[in-house]
Amino acid sequence: MTAKSFDIALIGAGVVGCAAWRAFTLAGLSCILIEREADIISGASKGNSAILHTGFDATPGSLELACMREGYRLYREIHEPLGLPLLETGAMVVAWSEEELAKLPGIVAQAHQNGVTDVTQITAEQVRAREPGLANDVKGGVWIPGEALIDPWSAPLAYARQALANGGTLHLNAEVTSGSLTGGTWTLTIKNAAPIQARIVINCAGNFGDLVEAIARPSPFTITPRKGQFVVYDKPAHGLVQSIILPVPTARTKGIVITRTAFGNLLVGPTAEDQPERRLATTETATLNALHAAGCRMLPALAGMEITTAYAGLRPATQFKDYQIEALPAQNWITAGGIRSTGLTGALGIARHMRGLYETHFGTLKPLPSPLWPRVPNLTETLPRPHAQPGRSEIICHCELVTHDEVAAALASPLPAGSIGGLRRRTRCMMGRCQGFYCSRRVLELAAPYIPGLADA
Amino acid sequence: MHNVAIIGAGPAGLTAARVLLQAGISGVQVLERNPQPGGLPRFCDHQGWGVWDMHRLYTGPRYAGELVRRAAGADILINTTVTALEPNGHLHISTPGGPEYLQSRIVLLATGIREKPRGARLVSGTRPWGITTTGAFQEMAQAGQIPFRRPVIIGSELVAFSALLTARHAGIKPVAMLEPGPRILARRPGGLIARAVFGVPVRTNTQLLEIRGIDRVESVLLERNGQREELACDGVIFTGQFTPEAWLPRSAGLQIDPATGGPAIDNFFRCSDPAYFATGNLLRPVEHSGFAALEGARAAAQILRALRGELPPPQAAIPVIPGGALRYIYPQRIIPGGIPIQLHGRARHAHKGRLRAMADDTLVFERLIRILPERRISLTLPGAALTGRNSLAVILD
Repeated sequence: MTAKSFDIALIGAGVVGCAAWRAFTLAGLSCILIEREADIISGASKGNSAILHTGFDATPGSLELACMREGYRLYREIHEPLGLPLLETGAMVVAWSEEELAKLPGIVAQAHQNGVTDVTQITAEQVRAREPGLANDVKGGVWIPGEALIDPWSAPLAYARQALANGGTLHLNAEVTSGSLTGGTWTLTIKNAAPIQARIVINCAGNFGDLVEAIARPSPFTITPRKGQFVVYDKPAHGLVQSIILPVPTARTKGIVITRTAFGNLLVGPTAEDQPERRLATTETATLNALHAAGCRMLPALAGMEITTAYAGLRPATQFKDYQIEALPAQNWITAGGIRSTGLTGALGIARHMRGLYETHFGTLKPLPSPLWPRVPNLTETLPRPHAQPGRSEIICHCELVTHDEVAAALASPLPAGSIGGLRRRTRCMMGRCQGFYCSRRVLELAAPYIPGLADA
Repeated sequence: MHNVAIIGAGPAGLTAARVLLQAGISGVQVLERNPQPGGLPRFCDHQGWGVWDMHRLYTGPRYAGELVRRAAGADILINTTVTALEPNGHLHISTPGGPEYLQSRIVLLATGIREKPRGARLVSGTRPWGITTTGAFQEMAQAGQIPFRRPVIIGSELVAFSALLTARHAGIKPVAMLEPGPRILARRPGGLIARAVFGVPVRTNTQLLEIRGIDRVESVLLERNGQREELACDGVIFTGQFTPEAWLPRSAGLQIDPATGGPAIDNFFRCSDPAYFATGNLLRPVEHSGFAALEGARAAAQILRALRGELPPPQAAIPVIPGGALRYIYPQRIIPGGIPIQLHGRARHAHKGRLRAMADDTLVFERLIRILPERRISLTLPGAALTGRNSLAVILD
């Protein structure tokens, strides 16, 4: 069997895989992104808090911090030409006890050490002035003006679409089962499909990272997925806070974040629960009720708001706190493992870092002289949306105000939705307060010809 | 400027439009976000509609058609979505031609209800394809596209039997109907009908613990009397637990009654901004469409008086407060005066006891009742009984 050979095969189309696919494609290499699921960002990258972090609280001197700082800078540089949003909200670490209050100067000092020099401690009165909705036992806070909200689904989609537009190859529904390195070329065996050959393999397999790593070597890290559950509140709750409300981290208690979303909702979460299961993230009624109660304690008006839905994400945590990124020159292999909850922020920085590793170990790069910059459709409330445009098509999803043409485009455009979840993440359809009560039929009519198995099992 | 804008062309909104038109009011616009008017009955393709308000028996789609026919002459704008309410009846709307700003003397909110979906119920488990609500299931069935063959039906309100009827029509067989409470919530022979007519076992006292499945629903985990059981199925239909579709008034800061989930109104159907009236199932979960339609007519009668300047100033209202086993009561504010005042509510749970109304410290109404939580409790007070009072408490002891 002859297989086409690529410069680079990337395993895993999460946000890191999409960003690295883009970076190496723009760097002039022929790249194939291999994903076991039917669509990109179907694993760890589909469920997070959608925050673009400054890195103020990352471990000083860590690779994670360096990648976050670089990712943060790069996102701000490229979001406009790719059509991606940026909602500048700022964030506030809020202390609710004297014990937490005592930790604030340390948080400020660490932020400054991390190069986030605009972070300041603020008084309880200043917290209340910014966030009058918070419960009145606030003791003080730390103000981080640079934290921002982004669209967690469109960002990786934009990276992937730019890679695709500039000659990248995408292989979905393709599970890599093994591989062998012969004469400087990897041959990767794909379940139910032809093998793929590439000079270099990049492991960015998220929650399966240690299993994929075993193709090249005994994995130095073990992944124990960490589940985070979230509760989503309906649009009227959006205005209850302006900034991202962060907890004071303590050794004993897991902190819960309250944040708006760029889609006009409010989120409370996440939890942090270690589990062996790598693919499925379940929600649990009791945990969600506890999240709701915790949210209401901090933000009392939340009690009167409608819950839209709940979700759970899995972060690829390892026994190490830091990212596990390295090049294995003898194995023609680059690993990006253990990219935990900061992956959305860090992805562009991780990709840049891996590009550096490539140049150090595998050769020089000749970046494309004039790459294409395709824009992704806007899903957020920070930029104009199609429902507000003259000549709009029928609104299909009334809760999220998604039009017929947006759904049709997501099904037929380059890198079309490969699953109903992918369609939801590309359009917001069925994601609102009715969860498909009003729009399931219309969405199903449009999607059934493209996505197998939706109607009449 | 228009006289009246009605948001929602369902039973309540269309009936209100008909009453206003018959009274000779011009400039009545009905704003409907869907491509067809008629509301939710459009998709309930079985008998049971029209008895209350039209004194005839129709299927849902025929009834919807009849509502539209009887409102002929109204200016029904389809594919028109209201995106925000502003004070004094100013509306932001999204139309196929672009965004617009609409101003009316009076706006009637008649946006109806929806069922509470899985997400908002915070049910445990995975999130595979095949989880839906009755409303969505019926629309999909009408379009001939059904995501499952052997679903479980969650809940036993009347709408759960509507789901059963649709399932039979569509040739699919639910594996069970689950009710967490001790008895079926729909009318008494419901369980018998489910078993005898549809062959669907009804399980009371049964909790849904978890949904399982990777890409599609594979099973549900149940618990009955402390015993757990995994039941194979390929879909889950969540029925009932209706929620008023109230995000517009909620976002606009109109007063919302947390107990009903709908806007708080006075006894003239006025919201906290008196340019806004509300009627139909938006007011509370849930009445059948005939009741909602008649409510639409009653709200329209008050709008006619408002247009003539005959309504008392809203500031004169006193609050109505539910007590005891009463879950909610509406209208939430009343203005004492000459006309009798009708109040409706529901109990928190099955209850046998005394319903009483206290105007300040004076007993103005008393009745022994025996009530189930899904049944409407209605009482009528002579308006004069409340003159000079500061509040009305309605208590179910």
